[in-house]
Amino acid sequence: MTDPRALYHETIVDHDRNPRNEGPLPNATHEATVDNPLCGDVVTMRFVVEQGVIIAAAFEARGCALSRASASIATTHAIGSTPDLITALASTFDEFVRSSPDAQAPAILGDLEVFGGVRAFKSRRTCACLPFQALTNALRSS
Amino acid sequence: VELAARRRDFPALATVVNGHRLAYLDSAATALRPQAVIAAMTSAATLGSPYRGVYALAEAATSVVERTREEVARFINGSPGEIVFTSGATASINLVAQAWGRANLNRGDVVIATELEHHSNLTPWQMICAERGAELRLAPIDDNGRVVIDRLDFTRAKMVAIAHVSNVVGTVAPIAELARRAHAVGALLLVDGAQAVAHLPVDVDALDCDFYAFSAHKLYGPTGTGVLWGRAGHLDAMPPWQGGGGMIRSVGPTSSTYREAPARFEAGTPNVIGIAGLGAAIEHTQTMEMRTVHSDEARAHRALLAVIRAAGGRVIGAPELAVIAFEMPRVHPHDIASLADGEGVALRSGHHCAAPLHHRFGLAASARVSVGCYTGDDDVAQLAVALAKIRDVFP
Repeated sequence: MTDPRALYHETIVDHDRNPRNEGPLPNATHEATVDNPLCGDVVTMRFVVEQGVIIAAAFEARGCALSRASASIATTHAIGSTPDLITALASTFDEFVRSSPDAQAPAILGDLEVFGGVRAFKSRRTCACLPFQALTNALRSS
Repeated sequence: VELAARRRDFPALATVVNGHRLAYLDSAATALRPQAVIAAMTSAATLGSPYRGVYALAEAATSVVERTREEVARFINGSPGEIVFTSGATASINLVAQAWGRANLNRGDVVIATELEHHSNLTPWQMICAERGAELRLAPIDDNGRVVIDRLDFTRAKMVAIAHVSNVVGTVAPIAELARRAHAVGALLLVDGAQAVAHLPVDVDALDCDFYAFSAHKLYGPTGTGVLWGRAGHLDAMPPWQGGGGMIRSVGPTSSTYREAPARFEAGTPNVIGIAGLGAAIEHTQTMEMRTVHSDEARAHRALLAVIRAAGGRVIGAPELAVIAFEMPRVHPHDIASLADGEGVALRSGHHCAAPLHHRFGLAASARVSVGCYTGDDDVAQLAVALAKIRDVFP
C-alpha cells in the first residue's frame, strides 16, 4: 500500500498554490476544454501558435491540486515548443502515469516525473491526465 | 449492544490502511457487511434455483427468497405481496419510472423531484418525462438543504419523487406532509429510502407514501440487491417492466399474459445469494438494537460536525443525520480524500451523484463523511488528525 502523500510532491503543491500561466488567453488560436464527469472537474487549455511555434499558453481549471499542477506544468512545457512535440510529450506522459509504479520515468518528461505517485492510485490518474488531454484536443487540429 | 461488541461483527474493520486502523466514514456509499451477512450469502451459494425446481435444493432457495420477503415487509411495515426484489434502489426507481410512467404519464403531466436528489432519483424521471412529453419540475431547497414545501407547485402533478434522507446534506424530508399534499392533487409519492433505512425506523404505512425504494448494501447487506415496496393495488395496476422467466402467466407465440405483483416485476432467476444477504442484514440490525445504534450514530454525527468546523471546514447545508458534506478552503475534495486515506480515514470526494445539488450550493464537488453502526469517537479523532495533516501539506 502506497502512502497517498506520495501524490503530493512539493513541486505539485507549489504549482497548485502558485500556478504558472493561469487565466484567460484572449488571442488564443487553439483551445479545448475537457471535464471528468465522475467528479465534475473541468480544465481549459489555450494556446497561441504562430508560424508553427507555441508562443503563449494558459489554463483555467476547476479541479484538484493534481489537475491544476499538471495544467500549470503543461503550459511551461508548451511555451516555445511546437504542437507536434508537445502532443508527443502528452502521449509519453499518458503512458508514464499508466506504467508500473517502479518503472523509470522517460528523461523527456523532466519535472513531469513528479506525477509518478499517481501510478499507485488508479482513481487519481485522470486528474493528472486531464490537462494533457485538453492540450492534445486543442493542438491536434493544427 | 455496545459499540465494541458491534464492531467485532465486521471483518472489514480489521483492515490496516497505510499503517493506521481503518476509520470507515463512507457508509453512505456502501455500509460494511457483518460476518452474518457473508455467511448467509455463502450458504445461499449452495442452493438451487428458486420457484422453478421441485427438488430439495430448489425448495430451499424458494424458502430463502420468501422468508426474506416477509422480513423486509416486517422491517418497513408493509406486506410481503408489496415487496419486489430488484438489483438496488436505482433499479427500483427505474422500474416505477418506466412501468408506471408509460402507463400513466401523458403530455402536460408533471413529475416533481427536488434539487437534492441523487442522480438515481432524477435521471429515470428525466428519461420517462422526455419520452412521454411530461414536465419534470424540480422543487427548490433552501440554504439548509431542506425542501421548501410552501414554495412547491403541485399543479398537474402525477408523481412526486424525493429522497427520504439526502445523501449529501443529510436532511430528512417531510414525507408525511408531502404525501398529504401529493395525494390532495391525485399524485403518487415515491420515496428514495437508500440513505434512510439504516438510520431511521421506516414505516411505509405511517409515511403514507406509495412507493419506497432502497438498496441492501447501504443497510449492511450485499451490493446488487434492492427492494421496491409498492402500496397494494399500485403494483398490480402497473404493466410489467422487463419480460422474462418467472413473471408470466401464459406465453403464446406472439403475446403473453403476466402474473400479479410482485412476481410480475421479477423477471429472470432471482438473486438468491443477494436476497439471502439482505435477509441476514435485516436480522443483524435487529440483534444490534437499532434504537441504541441510532443514538450512537447521532452522537458521532455531532462530533464529526464539531471536528470539521474546528478544522476550518465549511459544512454544506444543515445536516440532521447520517452524512455531512463539507469543503475546506483552498483544498480540493479529492486531495482531502487522498490525504485522509494516508491516515486510514475512508471518506468520499466528488459530487456524490448529486450534481444539481452541488450546483445549487455553487460547488462542483465536496468531501463527505458518513456514519454507521460501527462509528465511534476514535474515528472522529482520526478524522481530526487527518484534517490537521492536510493543512501541513496545503498550508
